[in-house]
Amino acid sequence: MTLITTPNLDGHDAFMAELLDAHRGLSEAESQALNAQLILILANHVGDLDVLREALALAGQK
Amino acid sequence: MPHEYKSFAYNPPPGLRTPEPRHGVVIVGAGPVGLAMALDLAHRGIASVLLDEGDRVATGSRAICWSRRSLEILDRLGVADKVLDIGTPWQVGRTCYGDQEVFTEDFGRDPGDRMPPFVNIQQYFIEEFLVDAVLDHPLIDLRFKNRVIDVEAGTEAATLSIKTPDGPYMLEADYLLACDGARSTVRATMDLEFEGEMFEERFLVADIEMEADFPPERWFWFDPSFHDGQSALLHRQAGNVYRLDLHLGRDANAKQEVRPEKVIPRIEQVVGPDFELDWVSVYTFQCRRLARFVHGRVIFLGDAAHVVAPFGSRGGNGGLRDVDNLGWKLAAVLQGRAPETLLESYDRERVQSADENLTQAIRATRFMTPRPGVEQLFRDQVLALAGKAEFARPWVNPGRFSQPTVYRTDAPDDRLLPALSRPGAVAPDAPQGSGWLMQALGAEARLVAFNCDPPAGLEVPKLRAEVNETVRRRYLGRADRALYLIRPDQVVAARWVAAEPKAVSAALRALWEGRE
Ligand SMILES: Cc1cc2nc3c(=O)[nH]c(=O)nc-3n(C[C@H](O)[C@H](O)[C@H](O)COP(=O)(O)OP(=O)(O)OC[C@H]3O[C@@H](n4cnc5c(N)ncnc54)[C@H](O)[C@@H]3O)c2cc1C
Repeated sequence: MTLITTPNLDGHDAFMAELLDAHRGLSEAESQALNAQLILILANHVGDLDVLREALALAGQK
Repeated sequence: MPHEYKSFAYNPPPGLRTPEPRHGVVIVGAGPVGLAMALDLAHRGIASVLLDEGDRVATGSRAICWSRRSLEILDRLGVADKVLDIGTPWQVGRTCYGDQEVFTEDFGRDPGDRMPPFVNIQQYFIEEFLVDAVLDHPLIDLRFKNRVIDVEAGTEAATLSIKTPDGPYMLEADYLLACDGARSTVRATMDLEFEGEMFEERFLVADIEMEADFPPERWFWFDPSFHDGQSALLHRQAGNVYRLDLHLGRDANAKQEVRPEKVIPRIEQVVGPDFELDWVSVYTFQCRRLARFVHGRVIFLGDAAHVVAPFGSRGGNGGLRDVDNLGWKLAAVLQGRAPETLLESYDRERVQSADENLTQAIRATRFMTPRPGVEQLFRDQVLALAGKAEFARPWVNPGRFSQPTVYRTDAPDDRLLPALSRPGAVAPDAPQGSGWLMQALGAEARLVAFNCDPPAGLEVPKLRAEVNETVRRRYLGRADRALYLIRPDQVVAARWVAAEPKAVSAALRALWEGRE
C-alpha cells in the first residue's frame, strides 16, 4: 500500500469541525495530549509502517 | 549477608625473570567475556594466557539476566548446571504505570527447549563458576594482578606491557583479545574511539536481601507511586537477593545517593523495612561501540567493543555471543584449517549484532527517560492509552529483551522450511532421545540430516537426527525431509530440502571462508 494523498474522506468538513470541537475548552497541554493520542490511535489503525513513513515525510515537507 | 568475595592467588609470572616465548593468544580481562573466551578456546585445543588487573570477581550483581542462548553457551563451557542450580528462572515481565499494570509479557516455555528463556543470577556467580573451570583447565594460564598498561599492535603480533606487584614485564602474542571492559586500556592505548550516545540520566542500582514472596517475575514501573523518579525495577536473583533499579534523574548527586541515610529510606518506600542492603551503586547509560572490532592482530569483545544501556540484558548476553562467534573462527585460523579472512566475518556479524542491540537500547532509553517536550508527551500518551486500548500495551517499552541476532547471509535456503531455523539463526534446540539436539551438535561444524541420508564423501561430521514433533515444527515445516549445515557456534549455515552434493560442498567452503 502507499499513502493516499487524494481526497479519501467524504465527511472531511464534519471531521474538521469535530476535531476542533474535541479540543474546545482544553488547556494547551490537554490539547497536545489529545493530538498525540490521536496520532498513535490512527497509526495503529493504518497498520503499515511504510505508509506511516510516507505520512511522516509528507508532514515534514516544507 | 553480602556476597563473600575471595581473593584469587597471584603468582609471579615467568616473564619477570626471562622473556617468554611468543604466545598464540593473550586475553586481556577476566570478566565474564574474557573467562568464557579462554574456556571456549581451550575446549577447541587452543592455549591462552588470561590477564586481569584484579584478583576478585565483579562487585555487585551487575549483569543479572542471562538468556537461553547464553545458557546454551555456558552449557557448552561446562558451567550451566551450576547456573541452573542456584539461579532464578523467569518468563513473565510486568509493567505498571503508576500502580496499574499496563503491559504483561510472557516469554513462555516450550517443551522443545531444554533451557528456560531467562535465568537471573548475579554476575559474580557466573564469574566464579567460570574462574573455577578456567583454573581447572591445563591450557589456560590465568594471571591475576597483571595490569596491561600499554599495547603495541603490529601486523604479525601484538606486544603488551604489563605491571605486576613484582614489577613490569612484556608479552608477545599472535592474537590479543581485548576483553577489558567498558574502560578498556587496550582501546585507549590504540587511540580507538567509541562512537554513539551517552545519557545523563542517573540510576541507582542496589542488591537487597529479604525474605519476601515476590514472584520470580520482572516488575517495572513507570511513574511509580512509591518513588519520586520516573521508573523503578524489581527483579529476583539467586538466593533471597533482589535487584532494584531506581531512576534518579539528571541532577542526582552520585556520592550522596549511595549514602545509607539517603538510600535506605528510598528502598524502604519500595519494599518496606525488612531488608538488608548488600550493594549499591549509581550509574549512567552509554550506547556506544567501536567502528570495527577486528584491528589486525587485536580483536575486541564484550564491553571493550560495545556498551549498551542495561534494560534488556544486552551487556552480558551480547558479550557471550561475541565469544561464541569468535572462538571457532580463531581456533580454525590458528590450527591452519581456515584462512585469516574468516576473522573478518566476526567483525561483520558482531557489528551487525551490536547495532541491533544499540538500536533497541536507545529506543528503550528514550522511552524510559524522555527529553522534556514532545518526547515526554508521546511517551506519556502511550502509557495513558495502554490503560484503555489494547493496541498500545506492547508499545510500552520497559526494555526489549535480548534475542540472538540472525546474521545476514545469502546462503542456500528453501521456502518450505520454517523461518525460525533459517540460515544465520541459532539452530533451535529440540529433544533427541533422552538428550538434546544442542548437545549432539557439540562445538563442531555438522551436517544434520532429517529424514534423509547426508551426502557421502564430505569432510564434515554428520548427524542423523531423530524426527519428532519439535523437530518437525522447528526444522521441517512444510517439507518432509531436510539437510542442515550447522556451524561450530550452532548457527545455521545453509539448508536444503533436496541437497546436491556440489551445493553442500560449496556451502561448506563458504562456511570456513566466512562468506556472507
Ligand atoms: C553497575 C552496573 C550494572 C550493570 N547492570 C547490568 C544489567 O543489569 N544487565 C546487563 O546485561 N549488564 C549490566 N551491566 C553490564 C555488564 O556488567 C557488562 O556488560 C559485563 O560485565 C561485560 O563483561 P566484560 O567481560 O566484557 O567486561 P567486564 O566485566 O568489565 O570485565 C573486564 C575485566 O577486565 C579487567 N581489566 C580492565 N582493564 C584491565 C587492564 N588494563 N589490564 C588487565 N585487566 C584489565 C577488569 O579487572 C575486569 O575483570 C552492568 C554494569 C555495571 C557497572
